[in-house]
Amino acid sequence: MSPQTIEFIQQLINGLSQGAIYALIALGYTMVFGVLRFINFAHGDLYMIGGFAGWMLFAAPENEAKTGMWASLSRSFAAIPPGMPKVLLALALAMMFCAALGMLIEWLCYRPLRQRPRITVLITAIGVSLFLESFGQYIWGAAPKSFPTLIEDPAITIPETWGSISTLTVLTSQVIIFCTTLGLLALLTFIVLKTKIGMAMRALAFNQTACALMGVNVNLIIAFTFGLGSALAGAAGILTSIQQPSIDPLMGILPGLKAFVAAVLGGIGNLAGAVLGAFLLGVVETMVIGYVSPTYKDAVAFGVLIFILLLRPAGLLGKNVREKV
Amino acid sequence: MFERTKLILVACIAAFAALSPLIGGMNPYYFNILISVGISLILAVGLNLVNGYTGQFSLGHAGFMAVGAYLAAAMSLGILFPYLDPPQWAPTAEELAADPQATVAKWTYPFKALWLLFGWLINALFWCHNHIIPLGAALPGWGKFLFALFYGGAIAALAGLTVGVPSLRLKGDYLAIVTLGFNEIIRVVLQSADPVGASRGLPGIPLATNFFWTFTFAALAIYVVWNIVHSTYGRGFLAVRDDEIAAEAMGINTTKYKVLAFVIAAFFAGIAGGLYAHFFQYINPEGFNFMKSVDIVVMVILGGMGSMWGVCAAAVLLTILPEVLRKVAKIEALPEWAREIAENRMIIYSLILIILMLARPQGLFAGWVKKKTRPA
Repeated sequence: MSPQTIEFIQQLINGLSQGAIYALIALGYTMVFGVLRFINFAHGDLYMIGGFAGWMLFAAPENEAKTGMWASLSRSFAAIPPGMPKVLLALALAMMFCAALGMLIEWLCYRPLRQRPRITVLITAIGVSLFLESFGQYIWGAAPKSFPTLIEDPAITIPETWGSISTLTVLTSQVIIFCTTLGLLALLTFIVLKTKIGMAMRALAFNQTACALMGVNVNLIIAFTFGLGSALAGAAGILTSIQQPSIDPLMGILPGLKAFVAAVLGGIGNLAGAVLGAFLLGVVETMVIGYVSPTYKDAVAFGVLIFILLLRPAGLLGKNVREKV
Repeated sequence: MFERTKLILVACIAAFAALSPLIGGMNPYYFNILISVGISLILAVGLNLVNGYTGQFSLGHAGFMAVGAYLAAAMSLGILFPYLDPPQWAPTAEELAADPQATVAKWTYPFKALWLLFGWLINALFWCHNHIIPLGAALPGWGKFLFALFYGGAIAALAGLTVGVPSLRLKGDYLAIVTLGFNEIIRVVLQSADPVGASRGLPGIPLATNFFWTFTFAALAIYVVWNIVHSTYGRGFLAVRDDEIAAEAMGINTTKYKVLAFVIAAFFAGIAGGLYAHFFQYINPEGFNFMKSVDIVVMVILGGMGSMWGVCAAAVLLTILPEVLRKVAKIEALPEWAREIAENRMIIYSLILIILMLARPQGLFAGWVKKKTRPA
């Protein structure tokens, strides 16, 4: 293969691993939109919280001087040798933490506003987002923190005998990110399509009033949806931190917005659409970084958003619904 | 009604002119806060027309402010924009001399065709800019400053139009994100625009903003928005907010009203940006980021969307608040955590937003002022 093709494949690999992160976050947006018809602005910050949950649990050097249960817990976690079990443990713990936080936010801030105009809920969501960011800066400081090594991240060596593709650089973390995302997607698909609670979620997205009349516990299902979405965002936070071991309280803003763009691109409210949009966006973004200029990296997503909203506002896989009076 | 407001406006401007020499000599620290209050007033009143009266949620007001600030500064500093080079369709003579087989890849042609289209548009805009700059430079004294301000305002209004027309097909949450996106795009473009200092910022802007001009423009903004909303024509804005479908059914051109609101708000944001640039004498793309937009949105929400005096009160309050908090953070008697929270004003802003939405979504000050003809 020509060097140009190899270069292209390299960008594609980088784009897919970036897209996987966006996919995990975008699913949370799209699920919440499906059941509540509003955009949870604070979702990107749960991704940041996921990263910090991992940092708090696994960064023992920061807790060296302190005593107490938390510090000793953190020290015993940090003592685990880097490897796949450690990654999975961090994922599970961060997902649980984020799910709990997501449900707490829903209970405190969104549930009392359920019958109010959408603009009120939107402003509240912006408020929650700002609060998580500034509160994160308050307790963890604004300076970036170095994330502990959960797993060594060497490039996978491709045998020379395979020809010119051996010059590709595939990082272990990229493989982990991609595979974990696929695993979580499979799990999510199972929950949504095969379980009773998943059926209730789909019914709720269809018609909330009818759902309540049929005896579905609407509050419980909405809380569960928030928990599920937040857990995925938390997982994304850990997975990113494996690749870029530097986290700060504002790191959730841009990935959050880009994941939102991905959800809109695929058709908001549509789970498959969110994943498709996220991978597309990840690939387009890395292509722009690789072939045009890294400066425009952050502007790409918004450009894509403007184009999709002009050309096909319902998204790639979405259905156009006309508002009725 | 109309005549009375005009009288009040003239009286206010006369009062500002009389007060200006007195206030010019005050403590620079307080003077600084005072000018910031005036700039905030213009921004918040303008945004209130979009977010409050027309019911569209814009989260990108700082972007228009940036456009106004940079263009006004470019006018005052006489910065000309270099034209973009046309795309390369064939290898140049030097490239052919080095390698006779050199070619330009065919697959780049469609992108270059696209580039050509936008490139000429951008170059045409640059041509206009480069020919307007000498006109402004020829004006004497205050004329130059005012010309720069209006130039910044006009280009910001043009930006408002370009943003408004496509994005106003959207509603609520989508519009919020798209306007936020435009804000980010403007910031990213400015950060890579070398003629205006790129990410280093633009220093050395002449000091021209004073008490008189700031508050005259603030009064003008309040006057214009107030009269628009209270005119027969302006009822259209409120109709769009209250029920877009019903308004459309009654024959109101909702798109026209939405775009108009955007253009007027962007114009005043541009003016505010120009005043800002000519007061602080240094501007940086980072100063016009998403957080700045949030600051302005918080003013509008706290004051009560669609309440003129509430928004004005909130703009004054929220401009002074950081300074008060800075003082509070220095009080030794307070516990450490309270002082740290006082230093991080965003915690307080976000809590205000959440609690306000839960307890009093119409805004803190809305409904305090009783009016005979209260719009909705």
